[in-house]
Amino acid sequence: MLAYIVRRSLYAIPILIGVNLLTFWLFFVVNSPDDMARMQLGVKHVTAEAIERWKDDQGYNKPLLYNAEASGGDKFINTIFFDKSVSLFMFDFGTADDGRDIGYDIQQRMWPSLMLAIPVFVIGLLVTITFALLMAFFRATYVDYAGVVLCVILMSISALFYIIGGQYLISKLMHLVPISGYDGGLSAFKFLILPVVIGIISGIGAGSRWYRTIFLEEVNKDYVRTARAKGLPERVVLFKHVLKNAMIPILTGVVVTIPLLFMGSLITESFFGIPGLGSYTIDAIRAQDFGIVRAMVFLGSVLYILGLLLTDLSYTLVDPRVRLS
Amino acid sequence: MRRIKRKARWAGLLVGVALLLSACGEGAWNDPYPYADSAQNIYYSSFSLRPKHLDPARSYASNEIVFTGQIYEPPLQYHYLKRPYELIPLAAGAVPEPWFEDAQGKRLPADAPEELIAYSVYEIHIQPGIRYQPHPAFARDTADQPLYADLDTAALERIDTLSDFVESGSRELVAADYVYQIKRLAHPKLHSPIYGVMAEYIVGLDDYAKTLGDAIDAQGGGHLDLTRFDLLGVELVDRYTYRIRVTGLYPQFIYWLAMPFFAPVPPEVDAFYAQPGLQARNITLDWYPVGTGPYMLTINNPNRQMVMERNPNFHGETYPDEGEPGDREAGLLADAGKPLPFIDKVVYSLEKESIPSWNKFLQGYYDASGIASDSFDQAIQVSSQGEAALTDDMREKGISLVTGVATSLFYMGFNMMDPVVGGDSERARKLRQAISVAIDYEEFISIFQNGRGIPAQGPLPPGIIGYKEGEQGINPYVYDWVDGKPRRKPVSEGKRLLAEAGYPNGRDAKTGRPLIIHLDTTGSGPDSKARMDWLRKQFAKIDLQLVIRATDYNRFQEKVRKGTAQLFQWGWNADYPDPENFLFLLYGPNAKVGQNGANSANYVNAEFDRLFQRMKNLANGPERIAIIDQMVERVRRDAPWVWGMNPKQYSLYHAWYHNVKPNFMANNTLKYRRIDPELRARLRAEWNQPIVWPLTLIAVLLVLILVPAALMYRRKLHAQGVARVPEREND
Repeated sequence: MLAYIVRRSLYAIPILIGVNLLTFWLFFVVNSPDDMARMQLGVKHVTAEAIERWKDDQGYNKPLLYNAEASGGDKFINTIFFDKSVSLFMFDFGTADDGRDIGYDIQQRMWPSLMLAIPVFVIGLLVTITFALLMAFFRATYVDYAGVVLCVILMSISALFYIIGGQYLISKLMHLVPISGYDGGLSAFKFLILPVVIGIISGIGAGSRWYRTIFLEEVNKDYVRTARAKGLPERVVLFKHVLKNAMIPILTGVVVTIPLLFMGSLITESFFGIPGLGSYTIDAIRAQDFGIVRAMVFLGSVLYILGLLLTDLSYTLVDPRVRLS
Repeated sequence: MRRIKRKARWAGLLVGVALLLSACGEGAWNDPYPYADSAQNIYYSSFSLRPKHLDPARSYASNEIVFTGQIYEPPLQYHYLKRPYELIPLAAGAVPEPWFEDAQGKRLPADAPEELIAYSVYEIHIQPGIRYQPHPAFARDTADQPLYADLDTAALERIDTLSDFVESGSRELVAADYVYQIKRLAHPKLHSPIYGVMAEYIVGLDDYAKTLGDAIDAQGGGHLDLTRFDLLGVELVDRYTYRIRVTGLYPQFIYWLAMPFFAPVPPEVDAFYAQPGLQARNITLDWYPVGTGPYMLTINNPNRQMVMERNPNFHGETYPDEGEPGDREAGLLADAGKPLPFIDKVVYSLEKESIPSWNKFLQGYYDASGIASDSFDQAIQVSSQGEAALTDDMREKGISLVTGVATSLFYMGFNMMDPVVGGDSERARKLRQAISVAIDYEEFISIFQNGRGIPAQGPLPPGIIGYKEGEQGINPYVYDWVDGKPRRKPVSEGKRLLAEAGYPNGRDAKTGRPLIIHLDTTGSGPDSKARMDWLRKQFAKIDLQLVIRATDYNRFQEKVRKGTAQLFQWGWNADYPDPENFLFLLYGPNAKVGQNGANSANYVNAEFDRLFQRMKNLANGPERIAIIDQMVERVRRDAPWVWGMNPKQYSLYHAWYHNVKPNFMANNTLKYRRIDPELRARLRAEWNQPIVWPLTLIAVLLVLILVPAALMYRRKLHAQGVARVPEREND
């Protein structure tokens, strides 16, 4: 297994270089270093000399990808791409255009994101799986039909509607929790309860429908019939046997998202004033801050690759037939 | 045993829930602030965009000056109540009157001819006894040496934010701190946004930047102590006095002395923040400002909250005892002579979205609010006479509305280098005038601004010297004065002008081809589409075709810079209340193309430029007003811009918030504001009683749904014949 993990980690390196190159190219297609300087210096009173000074200071005074004036390896090394990319692989994210340390900001902002994302993920998973199992148990009854209709309704509503509707109903009309805001420690509870509930409810529809399909496929298999024939109660059949055998498709969709919980949720964090990582990248794109954009894209790629690796590893835990080699 | 375990599990769960609920605390359930603060003298507001810079040499954005304006004290400030805007001393003892010198440095009389004046010298006396806020940079050890000047790794391990420093100190403000900050404007690493402008005026600043650049290169990084390098144009006279030498005549320089760019920065603070360990923790002057103002920033987490608290060392200031007519009747002088500031603490919370922010204002958790377009109808009703007033709901809550026309201008510029719409020919002038008549800004303001604006009559907005009210203030090329108010000329007038320009019915009289005008814009979303459709309609009124060229902001700027745009939309917000700050936008040598100036239309007119040169150096008076009138008349006739609109700011305030008067020049107005925390606490409690019956209803409904399901479950088990046999947990 160790060899497998090492091999997969090595595969990640060319992928990350490719992602970094693509990010770099896409960013500089839209923004030139001059544009970045203007964004930082403001449009009022900015002079050509000030722009040149900013570029010199920030290291944007070199060619982007290829330095024709340099010789040998310097043609590639003496470029903005090389300067800005190498440190990323050491997880040194450098500083933003306003001089702030990006790594420090990420560390500060990932905790509120996790405070929101983990309960939504864990409770949401439990609720959707339970609901899906119940629909499977009551298949072809009014409970199943009503459940499916409810899922379709929940799926059809925009996430934004849940947020605005939840804030209006629970916070504005019923005055039960604050509309938005955040605090540390236990005080975070009253700020997080509404976004967590909304996050769970908005995810029930699609998740339950998907899991219901998986469970219905399983409940018709021979081992389920055998379990029932042995006189096991339906609760045990479903939650122990069916659920365990349906884990492979569930894990495929679920484990890969676990590392990405760090990245936060843009809309929810934005509406509820949660100071997470959700809006960090978007704000950076708006501010043309390449340092933050490349760091966040790089981090997202690393976490996604990690998620895929964890998914593979998780298969071995739930299915003894799976061997990683 | 199993039952006991299950009970213990439930008990644990209940304790957990109880703990979490206890975290909600007392008071209203939806109160986002700690209960203990509910009756405190705290002002609550929000910000939507995190400030990037709080260093006075770098900060220029409006969302930054909300903070820097309360913390830093430049020598001068604007009178809070008087209009027109008037400069008064802040840290200075008096508003300085410059003296003039010739090229040899010989002092000239005050009425010396302009051509003899080589330098203007501003001598500024600082009030003695002003002290800085408590700060670790001022902390001294027993040997009177800076306590935190050389932090080692062990010391830095205990530091995460500025509040982690145990000791703090203070010291008296001295003139050398102002000198130091002016030097910082030229620091090559700071990229001050006003360095370019100041280098033109402050003697020797340009060379000083080069000196510093060389010194940084020679030093190879690290903190550069600017006290080692003298700046020719800034001289320290004594402990409380310094002089700034400005090239030639530049009367507008005095206004810069009211901006945080010219606030003091103590050298030891600069050295303190330059320590590498602190920079790695984002503890910098850009993040933790140090000043002498009424407030100090105590919490800076712009991802969530920024908190300012009363500076215990504030030197004291009193509320003004005079204003303009009507201020006394409006209650704005009720606090005259009382010590400032009134508010103890200011809490700004991050609100990225307007809906939560608006709802929290209505619940009383923010003391003031602007009005987003999606909340406008909820807050404001417009009478049949076009008068804006609060809705009944707002009045019932005791909310008040304060409006004011901003010293800003949104205009549509013609590129005067364009062969079709540009140039000084009569044909092009009439074409521009025709378009100016056709675009109905009254309608634009009504549809897209909810009436929040007034059509601009020229380059000067209200509140700026030279702006004229009434009939004498209208643009006669676009408006007629009818029944005591301006009325836009009819479309037929636009068509007539267009025909005279050689485009009858919108077609070139020589070729017969339709005239197509291109507008470059950054607007491309659904909101912009409605505006662009409306603009097309305005052009179609005089049979012109408008083609919209939407692009991103970078490309848009590039087009304007290169002079390849034909028609574009832009705006300007006053730096200071002088007509020079608007008229320079049309001054020839400031053209965007070739000069990279602020004259985006590339308007060049020799007579206008001559008048501008004369006007900018004159003192305010009849002669200056007469010249401004001539300049405004000339640009109205030439119409290099469609004058667009001056936005009107609508702000809402709760009944407990006092001393509110819009001041578009002053940045330090928070110290004048007063709140009544007891009234606020009472109204908040009244408005935010929790309503729990819907939760009970939902619970009952759930039970009603689940009971049949449970019955069905039991029936199903019975049918399977497993209900009566003992449960087998293992297979």
